[in-house]
Amino acid sequence: MTLEIIKPGLATSVQDLGRPGYFHLGIPEGGAMDRLALRAANLLVGNDEGAAGLEAVFMGPEIKFGPEIGAGMSVAVTGADIPMMLDGDPRETWTAFTVKPGQVLSFGFLKAGARMYIAVSGGIATEPALGSRSTYPIGALGGFEGRAVAAGDVIPVGTGAVVAEGRSVPLALRRRPGTPAVLRVLTGLYWHRLTEKSQKAFFDDAWVVAPEADRMGYRFRGGTPMEFVDRPQPFGAGSDPSNIVDGCYSYGSIQVPGGLEPIVLHRDAVSGGGYFTLGAVISADMDLIGQLQPNTPVTFKRVEMDEALAARAARKAMLADIRQALA
Amino acid sequence: MSNIQSPLPGTFYHKPSPEEPVFKSPGDAVAIGDTIGLVEVMKTFIAVTSEIEGTFVKYMIDDAAPVTAGAVLAELA
Repeated sequence: MTLEIIKPGLATSVQDLGRPGYFHLGIPEGGAMDRLALRAANLLVGNDEGAAGLEAVFMGPEIKFGPEIGAGMSVAVTGADIPMMLDGDPRETWTAFTVKPGQVLSFGFLKAGARMYIAVSGGIATEPALGSRSTYPIGALGGFEGRAVAAGDVIPVGTGAVVAEGRSVPLALRRRPGTPAVLRVLTGLYWHRLTEKSQKAFFDDAWVVAPEADRMGYRFRGGTPMEFVDRPQPFGAGSDPSNIVDGCYSYGSIQVPGGLEPIVLHRDAVSGGGYFTLGAVISADMDLIGQLQPNTPVTFKRVEMDEALAARAARKAMLADIRQALA
Repeated sequence: MSNIQSPLPGTFYHKPSPEEPVFKSPGDAVAIGDTIGLVEVMKTFIAVTSEIEGTFVKYMIDDAAPVTAGAVLAELA
């Protein structure tokens, strides 16, 4: 079974839950920016939660379902809020629907959120690379030929069963960023490099998502330029006060080159480098970042480890509720 | 009167580069497929093309201003 890309949208790519285990070699985990949305889309169409789907960002692709899908296949789109049409007839997001051979799925203008997850019953069946189908375009790894999909691509789909139409994720279980979006942060190893004034300003300031934000990192601007505690730069560190002797980066870690624009490293992050990181966005809020449009207002909120762990547990409970709702 | 809308959120530009003239000026003819501006997002510039034919009236969003998906970028007559 296949689906054909008529219009690719912007950087639409095959993503699953990523390839953990290679970050120490510089190969990021990758995978869906909003993992919960991908899991929900898969559950809606009867797939394993970690099956591969398509991640589209800011604008929808146009997809034609292959001639050989027989009785049809089930499709669900989760994540961002966007009008969607099957052969011109409206379909709801977060809800399973059946498609027939030759039908075309298209999208209107994005209303809220940033990324759509398109799951098909059977899952996208491109060849896995290092244990995952996730596309890492910079390394030309995984997905469809290691790149974003393009017009004319015919994407293989696995064999799945058609599920009941209208299966839907309850509204309360569709997590969305608020206004402003609040990202919870644990301060980190290099927090002491900032002056007290700059430490306070980071959490007090109103930031917005910069248009450069992508799968590697989400950049923010609009806050006060940061001041650093004076020190002679150590041997091996660059001359800018935001430089350190090269160190490891974690997912979610926040670097601020030149003290100007914080960048939260995301799924396709680099694994190390020479910028200080003031802390990290907690794991429970990483999915939310994937749903932020450019120019969205954002504030950072300081939390301690107990709160971060409670948020992680709450996130797991939400996934359990989605599983139960769709069981 | 018809409108051209932004296909996606980002930053809207009237010119291909700062030194070049605007894509369209009032009174210019617009054919289907003509580029009327650029939207920048994720370090990529996306050409906004017209899906309709007409005469360019004006830009509805300032040069280098932020836009949301579906925002009216330009008006045609």
